[in-house]
Amino acid sequence: MELILKGVDNNQIRKKTKQVVGVREVSFAVEEGESFVIMGLSGSGKSTLIRCINHLIKPTSGEIIIDGEDITKMSNQRLMQVRRSKMSMVFQKFALIPNRTILENVTFGLEVQDVPKNQRYIKARQAIEMVGLQEWENYYPHNLSGGMQQRVGIARALATDPDILLMDEPFSALDPLIRQEMQDELLALQEKLRKTIIFITHDLDEALKIGDRIALMRDGVIVQMGQPEDILLSPASDYVARFVENINRSKALTASAVMVKPRTVVYPKDGPMTALRVMERFGISSLFVVDRAGHLQGYITAEDAFAAAEKGIKQLDGFIQKDMPVTEPEVILSELLEVMAHTKVPIAVVSDDNLLKGVLVRGSVIAGMAGIKGENYE
Amino acid sequence: MNSIGMIFGFDIPRIPLAIWTDNAIEYLQTNYRDTTQAISDFMGIAIKGFQELLIIIPPSLLIVIIALIAWRIANKKIAIFSIIGLLFIENIGLWNVTMQTLAMVLAAVIMCIIIGVPIGILSAKNEAAHRIIAPILDFMQTLPAFVYLLPAIPFFGLGVVPAVITTLIFAMPPIIRLTDLGLKQVPVELLELGHSFGATFFQMLFKIEMPLAKPVILAGINQCIMLSLSMVVIAAMIGAKGLGGVVWTAIQTLNMGMGFEAGIAIVILAMILDRITHNIGKTEEEKA
Repeated sequence: MELILKGVDNNQIRKKTKQVVGVREVSFAVEEGESFVIMGLSGSGKSTLIRCINHLIKPTSGEIIIDGEDITKMSNQRLMQVRRSKMSMVFQKFALIPNRTILENVTFGLEVQDVPKNQRYIKARQAIEMVGLQEWENYYPHNLSGGMQQRVGIARALATDPDILLMDEPFSALDPLIRQEMQDELLALQEKLRKTIIFITHDLDEALKIGDRIALMRDGVIVQMGQPEDILLSPASDYVARFVENINRSKALTASAVMVKPRTVVYPKDGPMTALRVMERFGISSLFVVDRAGHLQGYITAEDAFAAAEKGIKQLDGFIQKDMPVTEPEVILSELLEVMAHTKVPIAVVSDDNLLKGVLVRGSVIAGMAGIKGENYE
Repeated sequence: MNSIGMIFGFDIPRIPLAIWTDNAIEYLQTNYRDTTQAISDFMGIAIKGFQELLIIIPPSLLIVIIALIAWRIANKKIAIFSIIGLLFIENIGLWNVTMQTLAMVLAAVIMCIIIGVPIGILSAKNEAAHRIIAPILDFMQTLPAFVYLLPAIPFFGLGVVPAVITTLIFAMPPIIRLTDLGLKQVPVELLELGHSFGATFFQMLFKIEMPLAKPVILAGINQCIMLSLSMVVIAAMIGAKGLGGVVWTAIQTLNMGMGFEAGIAIVILAMILDRITHNIGKTEEEKA
């Protein structure tokens, strides 16, 4: 402890005392209704920090003030009350009780508070409904997928209606796709509930998405704290900069990673009417034209198709334009951004033998850069 | 001079461990006679009452009851095995002694659970207690069973009470150990869950830890039953009667047929008890 006050560095302290410094000199304030993200790599002290907040780990010094009360100076009784009423925790590995049904798991917090049984069930069902698991309340945790299990974890945390949600890498154990889904849902829930959320993650994308403010930790110290843009645009140190570098997905992603399925008409089989119908259905203003084997022939705009249809022309001949931007699947996204900015039609992604593989539309490119996948942007 | 003493050139007196033990037991005996007598009387009445109860119930009814229990807890196969096995025991005329043994085993096991589980909890929760309890358990388990029998006699006389008490001592360690182990195996996250929601010590214990430790504790109870059965048989030497008594008589009279019959009855009883308790608390798919 003295060594920390004297400013001795963590490694030296470890060598001297065989004790590891978990978190040191961390100081921050979280506003009511704010989503505060603490991020850092493993071993950076973020999990220790969140456990200090509800006193699962007792800090050796310092204060943790919740609504004007210092947790570290509370009697055990008062601490228990605060834990019951003011905050609840969501765990990385879900921490569901395996021999209890989903409903019974969600009632846990209320049970601990000795809430009468029927009231317990009413509140638990409301919480289960919020996370959309109504049909699963009588199943056991092992019947559920990871994503669903964590929904139960969230429902359990919400059931006691706490002011503060402590979320310790809640989505880290989930598949990327499910993770994004859960992030979206958490944001939607937060929109409604306006809880104070303290969210731990090692994933910068997640931090940027969830956090109103982000604190980046390294070796037990906060290296930068601020709004997502601040961290992205003005990294405080090389370490942060290196972290943020990884986020520039336009440098890492290829065209094939973000392209979407093209909507096409086949030439010479289809006429202007078919093209118009397809455009109308998908709400787009141009269509790529391919031959029967899938080779790219060009594109046709809505105006041209409309004009042709009005004149009663049955063939697309003469209306197909060839001046569309074309690229190959392996091309890095950042090289295409400029083209993207100027073109009116999507960029066609074609293989060596001119087969149309996909198209790049603005929505899909932006989504890809933001780390969102699996959705259709047309 | 003894041989090791010669090496050092002076005589090491023999440590009078046997005399100390005798003295200690005599001391306990003279000073706590009333207490042990009271325990003995109470237990005697309880166990004998239990034995009488099992014997009074007609064998056919009891077989049906046991088969139903086996069917409910385990499965049809074990229920059928129980019926056949118990009918066989009845057929060879060992019904009453088997019931005596069963009553002693059950009495010992129930007491083991009542005493052993709380000790196991203490051991899991308190490191100091654990350090004291662990070597005592080693001692209890490795000291040859026969040695227990001797001091039980001055305290509790001959008969079922000393038999059950020695059985208790012999069979309790697995319950304590596995309760301790089961509680220590509860994942940290679930402990954190309890704490973070503000659970009290007993809420933690009964809502999270015990339910999760249950399978391990049940395994301890299963072992306890098996050990009890073997000890109850040995305890026939201090007058416990039951199947062990038959074996003991067979040994003394070199009656091999009789000994074998009693042995088979013990095996059948053991298998029924083992298979039933093995399946307590298991779901349909897990039953075997």
